Amino acid sequence: MIEIDGLSKRWPGADRASVDGISLTVPEGTSCALIGPSGSGKTTLLRMVNRLVEPSAGTIRIGGEDARAMDATRLRRRIGYVIQDVGLFPHWDVAANIATVPSLLGWDHARIKARVEEVLTLVGLDPGRFAARRPHELSGGERQRVGVARALAGDPPVLLMDEPFGAVDPVQRGRLQEEVLRLLQQLRKTVLLVTHDVAEAVRLGDAVALLRDGRLVQHAAAAEILARPADAFAAEFLGADRMLLRLALFPLSALPRHAAPAPGPALPDGATLRDALARMLETGTTSAGLPGSGSVTLADLLAFAGRG
Amino acid sequence: MEWLRANPGLFLGAVGDHLLLSLTGLAIGIALALPLGIALAHRPRLAEASIMLAGALRTIPSLAVLAALLPLLGVGFTPSVIALALLALPPVLVNTVIGIRTADRAALEAARGLGMTGLQRALRVELPLAAPLIFSGLRVAAVQVVSAAALATFIGGGGLGDLVTQGLALLDTGRMLVGAIAIALLALATEAALGMLERHLATRVRGA
Repeated sequence: MIEIDGLSKRWPGADRASVDGISLTVPEGTSCALIGPSGSGKTTLLRMVNRLVEPSAGTIRIGGEDARAMDATRLRRRIGYVIQDVGLFPHWDVAANIATVPSLLGWDHARIKARVEEVLTLVGLDPGRFAARRPHELSGGERQRVGVARALAGDPPVLLMDEPFGAVDPVQRGRLQEEVLRLLQQLRKTVLLVTHDVAEAVRLGDAVALLRDGRLVQHAAAAEILARPADAFAAEFLGADRMLLRLALFPLSALPRHAAPAPGPALPDGATLRDALARMLETGTTSAGLPGSGSVTLADLLAFAGRG
Repeated sequence: MEWLRANPGLFLGAVGDHLLLSLTGLAIGIALALPLGIALAHRPRLAEASIMLAGALRTIPSLAVLAALLPLLGVGFTPSVIALALLALPPVLVNTVIGIRTADRAALEAARGLGMTGLQRALRVELPLAAPLIFSGLRVAAVQVVSAAALATFIGGGGLGDLVTQGLALLDTGRMLVGAIAIALLALATEAALGMLERHLATRVRGA
């Protein structure tokens, strides 16, 4: 659990605080995405959690412990950290990169080796093929995976991610988001993540916190913030297509199932309401076929979206 | 050459002195420049000031450095070594500072974010990443020191320069030439050997 209370940062000589009295709680095992325009203070807020930036005022508690009272390096070893440019150490191989935190924590050799193989497998890289490679021998997507593996290696309860998929192409990005989402759910980590991409925020964040000029505009569950932006700024930032993004958060089972078959091929397993709507638009009909049998209807979908 | 055949012991002694002078001066220079460079690299304003100061210092001729130290430190081996250390310092210092400041920023950020202490970051990430540049500074320093050590003879520091000054004084051209050629060869060999090592190191550290 991450508890942020009244947190502020004012840089020397700045005319306003870049983070201004933000309070925010990320419950154990959930994720929160920080979004906002550039200069809104989201990255500064994130970097105060592992004290890469020292707060001017306020408190941070991680798992109930006062982060500002702890030794900063000890604190950081208990917090996974993933950054946009990954920052792998180019002079070390993949295994040594991943072993960074475990060896700082003083684990023995056998335990580190086992852990490296474990996290490599978790992020979908074959340890036999990748452990001995150097960062320059990896593709952008592979590097990003190693970065996530390195952040997870010390088994930290809390993970901070700063634009974690900013540096990879859109196709890789979608795949990585998918896999990281699955991984985060599986590992029940508490995650605070920064992104400027609303779609990524609602996809990876259970909750979304929208910042503007260092202040918290709105903090709500992903589906909630999309359905009910707090003000005109929030509505504009979240975008005109926010209701479409919202539909993508719900599985087909959110709608009542009709026995009548629908024209066209059935939707795949794991499809969302957005996929159902897209199918209806594509086929020009008011229903879409469910995997197996049965269908969902446009009327039900509209009613569902309208309920918020 | 006849002189060399007649006085092999004298020649080897001079070469030994020369190397001892150079290596000691170089070692002290590096021992000062590395930690100083690491400390300065994290203070942007001081780093720039030190680069400018070091640049200015490098324009002072080696002989002037030796001569300036004479009234302060007297004559002999120790003042010569100190003068050579002062000559070795700027190139290594400047390249250490630049090497760390131009190192992969994301890697430095990650090192901090993952919980390395300042010393761990310096030894495990900053110095290795800056190593190719530091090494090229070291090559420049080494060549400079080996050449400048020839001047140590003027403040009684010994080395191959002795052969040259003795040759001049005794009008012994053979002795003088042996000294001069040996100094030149030593400087060239230093440059060649360290240049090769440098290329090897660069491919190892950068990988690509």
